[in-house]
Amino acid sequence: MDSHSSMNLRLPPGRLEERFHEKKPLYDEHEALTEANRCLYCVDAPCVTACPTKIDVPTFIHKVATGNVRGAARTILTENLLGESCGQVCPVETLCAGACVYNAWERPPIQIGRLQHYAVTTAIANKPDLFELAPETGKTVALVGAGPASIAAAGWLALRGHRAVVFEKKTIPGGLNTLGIAPYKMKGDAALKEIAWVLGLAKGRIELRLGVDVVAGAAGAEEVSAAALLADYDAVFLGLGLGADSAMGVPGEDGEGVVGATAFIERLKADPALTLDGVQRAIVVGGGNTALDAVHELASLGVAATMVYRRSEAKMPGYAHELAAARVDGAGLVEDRAPIEVVRASGKLVALRVAPAKDGKPVGGAAPEDLPADLVIVAIGQNRATQIAQAFAGVALDPKGRVVVDPATHRTGNAKVWSGGDCVNGGKEVVNAVAEAKVAVLAIHSTLMGAN
Amino acid sequence: MADLSVDFCGIKSPNPFWLASAPPTNTGAQIMRAFDAGWGGAVWKTLGNPIVNVSSRFGGIDYGSTRMMGLNNIELITDRPLDVNLREITEVKKRYPKHVVIASLMVETKDEWREIIQKAEDAGADGLELNFGCPHGMCERGMGSAVGNEPKVLEEIARWAVSFAKTPVIIKLTPNVSDIVEPGEAVLRSGAHAISLINTIKSIMGVDLERMIPLPRVGKYSTNGGYCGPAVKPIALHLLSQLTRHPTIKALPMSGIGGIGTWRDAAEFIALGATTVQVCTAVMHYGYRIVEDMIEGLSDFLDDRGMKSVNELRGLAIGQYQEWGDLDLSFRVVADVNEEKCIGCQLCYVACMDGAHQCIHLPGRTEAEARKAGHLHLPAHVPERAVKAVALANAGQLGPRAVPGTRIPFVDEDECIGCNLCSLVCPVAGCITMKELDSGKPVETWNDRIQKGTNLVPGGLDATERARRF
Repeated sequence: MDSHSSMNLRLPPGRLEERFHEKKPLYDEHEALTEANRCLYCVDAPCVTACPTKIDVPTFIHKVATGNVRGAARTILTENLLGESCGQVCPVETLCAGACVYNAWERPPIQIGRLQHYAVTTAIANKPDLFELAPETGKTVALVGAGPASIAAAGWLALRGHRAVVFEKKTIPGGLNTLGIAPYKMKGDAALKEIAWVLGLAKGRIELRLGVDVVAGAAGAEEVSAAALLADYDAVFLGLGLGADSAMGVPGEDGEGVVGATAFIERLKADPALTLDGVQRAIVVGGGNTALDAVHELASLGVAATMVYRRSEAKMPGYAHELAAARVDGAGLVEDRAPIEVVRASGKLVALRVAPAKDGKPVGGAAPEDLPADLVIVAIGQNRATQIAQAFAGVALDPKGRVVVDPATHRTGNAKVWSGGDCVNGGKEVVNAVAEAKVAVLAIHSTLMGAN
Repeated sequence: MADLSVDFCGIKSPNPFWLASAPPTNTGAQIMRAFDAGWGGAVWKTLGNPIVNVSSRFGGIDYGSTRMMGLNNIELITDRPLDVNLREITEVKKRYPKHVVIASLMVETKDEWREIIQKAEDAGADGLELNFGCPHGMCERGMGSAVGNEPKVLEEIARWAVSFAKTPVIIKLTPNVSDIVEPGEAVLRSGAHAISLINTIKSIMGVDLERMIPLPRVGKYSTNGGYCGPAVKPIALHLLSQLTRHPTIKALPMSGIGGIGTWRDAAEFIALGATTVQVCTAVMHYGYRIVEDMIEGLSDFLDDRGMKSVNELRGLAIGQYQEWGDLDLSFRVVADVNEEKCIGCQLCYVACMDGAHQCIHLPGRTEAEARKAGHLHLPAHVPERAVKAVALANAGQLGPRAVPGTRIPFVDEDECIGCNLCSLVCPVAGCITMKELDSGKPVETWNDRIQKGTNLVPGGLDATERARRF
């Protein structure tokens, strides 16, 4: 196994995501000061309550306003070690900014995400060492999966004096934060830069092992067994994320032209070989935020992209503000239609056949229609990464395949195993993964230090 | 992390951040919460004989949408019984032995001073601050700024206090004097141990034009209050520096007060010679919590400059304050407009036209148009960069903002006198900067010219010209 802790974290050039412009580019100092001085510096502020990681937003913004940018970054990162990317990828409209008292006053809320991005990026660029490292404890924690939950947990564990070894199946770390974020919010290399900063912060205490699969049975090459992790490490953190994209289960689905949404977005962000040559019309099946991202990205790339959702717009689980933004960039929506077949001519994808739907189910007898398409993206959810979880004795899953934890500690049924992120919450935001990692780290730390 | 602890005439404080004697230090419970938040010391709300307060008491002045740029108050000293305050001082010192509690005092007679000093020290105060600064209400009764205004009276009372006190005596000065050095020298003569300044400035906050009553209003009338808050900082910095650059007064430790709300404000006071700083208005506006940023910001600032202690910062800027006559007449700056950042508001243009020296021009005008607009001197030629900027901007290629080129002003450097005004009114940070030019002349001050006898500037009164000739 190679140690990748000092690797060069870069994505190859020529990726489709490079064509996107950030919708909320980094503030310059003056923009940040102007916005920071608009903040009322509320007490017991609703923006703090609304943040899953409970960042003290008014305090960090006050520090931006006084020119204490490094202090602002510390305030953010103490609660959310991935505050730099969360400033870019958080749905602030429904979290902190959505709770801003200005909304009740019918004035535009403070641009908290942009200020957070500014504070952390500026502080790190100026002087990356923002925290003092606790002395080494001699304890080592294995983290499975290199998504945001594990990266945040590894960073915090290292700051507290522990060593951390992160095992990642893919060759690129960061999980959905690197490979799944809409590029107009944040590009993959920004996520990798943040990971590199976490690694640097920890001064060699974090080891990243990429291309290594954690398996149930005996380990082969580029594999490590769950039993070995339990035996060799003082604690294990499962940050497994979710599994492969779910399939529609309709005739004609298998074959070229039909891809899962996260697989497609991953290639758009990381694979220079992906092109959209010959793709003029695309259909995205689903109504969640991944579907919205996919349709928005395709529309931005000049493809006539339409989302097909089996219920009404009002019932979409995706954020209304994201749908509105996708529409501005040309994305369309077909409501109350359920896919019943992928239509192919000589194997080649030509259309998605949909039937009118009521309450999410196709209505029997209603006439189907064919929506022409060169590409169908399936964004109806992801499978669970149940196999790896179950490889750890005592780790239980709920009926939905989510890892069961004690919410107060994020400890699983195995006293040596903690877990957090999508594999526990079923698929939420980066900020939720970081919040759960924080709970787990506090519990792991006090356990390792003998507090309980 | 830099060491923020200071020694203020023998009083050890964990950091230089103290709360000024004011409503935030009214009670022991408040002060203990402040210490929990990080404040290093507190000057208790002034103790004295019982008074009665009025309602209302505060007035604020906004600037645009910024609330409370300045604050004034007509509140008097503490309205709580002396024994309650003393008991609480004892309790605070017992629970926070490493934090500083200073008793602010204001009474009239020698016997009263003796008694209150003994009581405050017996209660456990680390030091005494004599309130010779309050410019409202108490001064009408011969106390507060009435004392600070009379160096002889100040000196005498301060001498009493020094003779009665076992702890350091700090004299809090009023800025309502024409020359702060006079009370400063009186403090020095009295043997008192330190100075704090400034107390508030006499003020009327405005007039209620419906009722025709000044503000703040108490029924049918108002009275003058004491002005404080961000707006008074420049005044406080000046008065502080008048004392810290004085050859003898500078020996006294200073506690700087006036408009301090951030670490940067504090750093400025310390750079001009303050050992501790005292804060009131910013806490009244935002609460004790602001001290977190002050501690962190000051500490990071010191770290960045390689200073191990806040003591290394103290006084670093004092020497760079000189009399006008010692400023270099050869030093030259001119305004420089960054065309890419300009948003075309032309505030610099109007400020220069009407408020300065008419050396900012708009490109694309004919000579006749420029003269009609009021320019009396025209640039010999339009700078090439302005011509280029106009062409680029008109082609939509200048920066992200697509400002029409004719809206982007340019500076006639030959005429620019380097006054700063355009850069002060420009709303865009970094758009107008003052560029240092080599004037090609050696350093020369007005005082040099007087010495050399070259201080003759033609064009004055005939009487002056005649006097100069003989």
